[in-house]
Amino acid sequence: MSDYVQMWKDLGMDLENHDLLCQVLPTAVGDVFLSQENRPKAMDFWDLVISEVHGIRPAELIEAQKQGRKVFGTFCVYVPDEVVVAADGIVTGLCGGSQFWVPDGEAVLPKSTCPLVKASVGARLGRTCPFFRIADLYVGETTCDGKKKAYEILGEDVPMYIMDVPQMKREKDILKWKDEIADFAEKVEEFTGNPITPEKLGEAIHIINEKRKALARIYECRKSTCLPISGRDALLVMQIAFFDDPVRCAQMCNRLADELEQRIRDGVSVVPAGTKRILVTGTPMAVPNWKLHNIIETSGAAVVCEEMCTGTRYFENLVDETKTTLDEQFMALSQRYMKTNCACFTPNTGRIDDILRLVKEYQVDGVIDCNLKFCCLYDTEKYAVSRALKEASVPVLSLETDYADTDAEQLRTRIGAFVELLNG
Amino acid sequence: MNYFTGIDIGSTASKVVVLSETEIEDRFVLPTGWSSRETSSDIARRLAEGGHPVGEGMTVVSTGYGRAAVDYADKTVTEITCHGRGGWYLLGRDCTIIDIGGQDTKVITVEHGMPTSFLMNDKCSAGTGKFLEIMANRLGVDLSELFTLAESGTPLAISSMCTVFAESEVISHIGAGERREDIAAGVVDSVVCKVAGLCARHTMTGDVLLTGGLCESTYLVKQLSQKLKRPVLTDPMGRYAGALGAALIARGKAR
Repeated sequence: MSDYVQMWKDLGMDLENHDLLCQVLPTAVGDVFLSQENRPKAMDFWDLVISEVHGIRPAELIEAQKQGRKVFGTFCVYVPDEVVVAADGIVTGLCGGSQFWVPDGEAVLPKSTCPLVKASVGARLGRTCPFFRIADLYVGETTCDGKKKAYEILGEDVPMYIMDVPQMKREKDILKWKDEIADFAEKVEEFTGNPITPEKLGEAIHIINEKRKALARIYECRKSTCLPISGRDALLVMQIAFFDDPVRCAQMCNRLADELEQRIRDGVSVVPAGTKRILVTGTPMAVPNWKLHNIIETSGAAVVCEEMCTGTRYFENLVDETKTTLDEQFMALSQRYMKTNCACFTPNTGRIDDILRLVKEYQVDGVIDCNLKFCCLYDTEKYAVSRALKEASVPVLSLETDYADTDAEQLRTRIGAFVELLNG
Repeated sequence: MNYFTGIDIGSTASKVVVLSETEIEDRFVLPTGWSSRETSSDIARRLAEGGHPVGEGMTVVSTGYGRAAVDYADKTVTEITCHGRGGWYLLGRDCTIIDIGGQDTKVITVEHGMPTSFLMNDKCSAGTGKFLEIMANRLGVDLSELFTLAESGTPLAISSMCTVFAESEVISHIGAGERREDIAAGVVDSVVCKVAGLCARHTMTGDVLLTGGLCESTYLVKQLSQKLKRPVLTDPMGRYAGALGAALIARGKAR
């Protein structure tokens, strides 16, 4: 990634420290991705993007900024991309997924904060991630206490806008979220200087729906007993989707899905027949967090689905495209987003229903329910998840981990034993 | 004659069981030391001395945290599966197996000889043999002396879930001039509570069998029974459950 040094300098990054991150990434990518056999050819796009993850896309974003476009950094699948796209803004995900950023986060946050929050704050304050430097406005939300308080700290360093996510799913909560979306639209109009019209919003809704459909096509292929793509590759596609231009993302995903569908017709699988199929559920896996998938898939099983924000929660359910007034469109957006089943809601039985449904759809042999350390919400929900799965006679393994590699062997033992148990 | 060897390289001790088609031919235990690879060579030497050399006619399955270090193993299997299989073989019926290992404590449900579900402690070493070992060291005794002391003590509270912090608590107790017996009883009680806490999160079916080296402490077994409010069974071969399970898997594999 040496061609981008000037760009990183201009972004005010800590180059010396950032070099350390750049040094470890190629090895990680090689170990986790390039070592796999029989990968879909269309993964070449994501291999390129991840190999220059701090170069290619940041350069595009800076180019767009030069033409007057604004970049919005987000941390949650509840923040509606459509509103930003309607005002010709650009959305980029900002969640940190590396242990590298954790110490800089711990400089200001309690150690007992989830690694995703610590890494996100550390990436900003440590000046070691271009996306965190580029974003003109951060859009936070009230999905967990750790994030809420961390946003107050980030807000001292960068413009911050917070959306208040409801904690329940009553009709009045859906109306409230609609109002929050309307307020956000006003903010976006003001920040970009571009008016959001029903036509513009309609187009944006269509663009994001097309992206969701393309991601869904890839996941549809993973339901096949002939598994055309590894869990690791699918996870990478999903992670990059948070950073990429939505139109190009849809194109690339459709290109990959074409190949996967052809693979299924040709009987090309990435794993031997009979390999146990795992659904992973729990907290999101931000780039470059591939730890769990890598351990599972090097322990003789395959990940076929992720019920998480970097998974089905990101693309399931479409926004109604038939609405023609902003008021109706905001409502349609709210209705779609409020179908996402996050553990910050109470009750959150929809998530259990989703997991049980996905187990059937993806012909799952066992579920691994894993949360990031100190995520009280998902950790607590494990109880209900494992009870429901046991009632349905689906084997489940509950785990907790963070970004550090120090527990890799302990995880390998637990996951290895779980796979042995599934193999009987 | 064909032999089937199970090698369980634990964090503290390494256990070995050699089976023939019908009998337990040999068994031995040695400290793991600082190098699993060296231990694994020592084991090969011991096996040869006992008349069961690694090579033709011998199938080896290794388990335990050092399982990958046994380069002559035909297969590696996790200790959870091995303890489940070995424990079930010892008891001869469906049961729940508790293994308090050097660095992991596990609760394993076994049905028809196969593990069907399991639960393991967190990464931290509270509620494991390592915890007892560190505390015994701090009190200047070995493990068996720790249990003897504990038997005549009244447990002092050791509340921390972390071994490092719990050690500080023990040091505070020592500093406060508390009786060694009471501290020892507190240490054992702390482990028993952690293990019982793990069991509370797991559906316990059938009889409970304690495996691993600690099953040889009648005091610990008694305390655990009381805490779990059900009998905790043991077996003279309990320490070897993991190695036995590995040997059984080796025999199954060869067939």
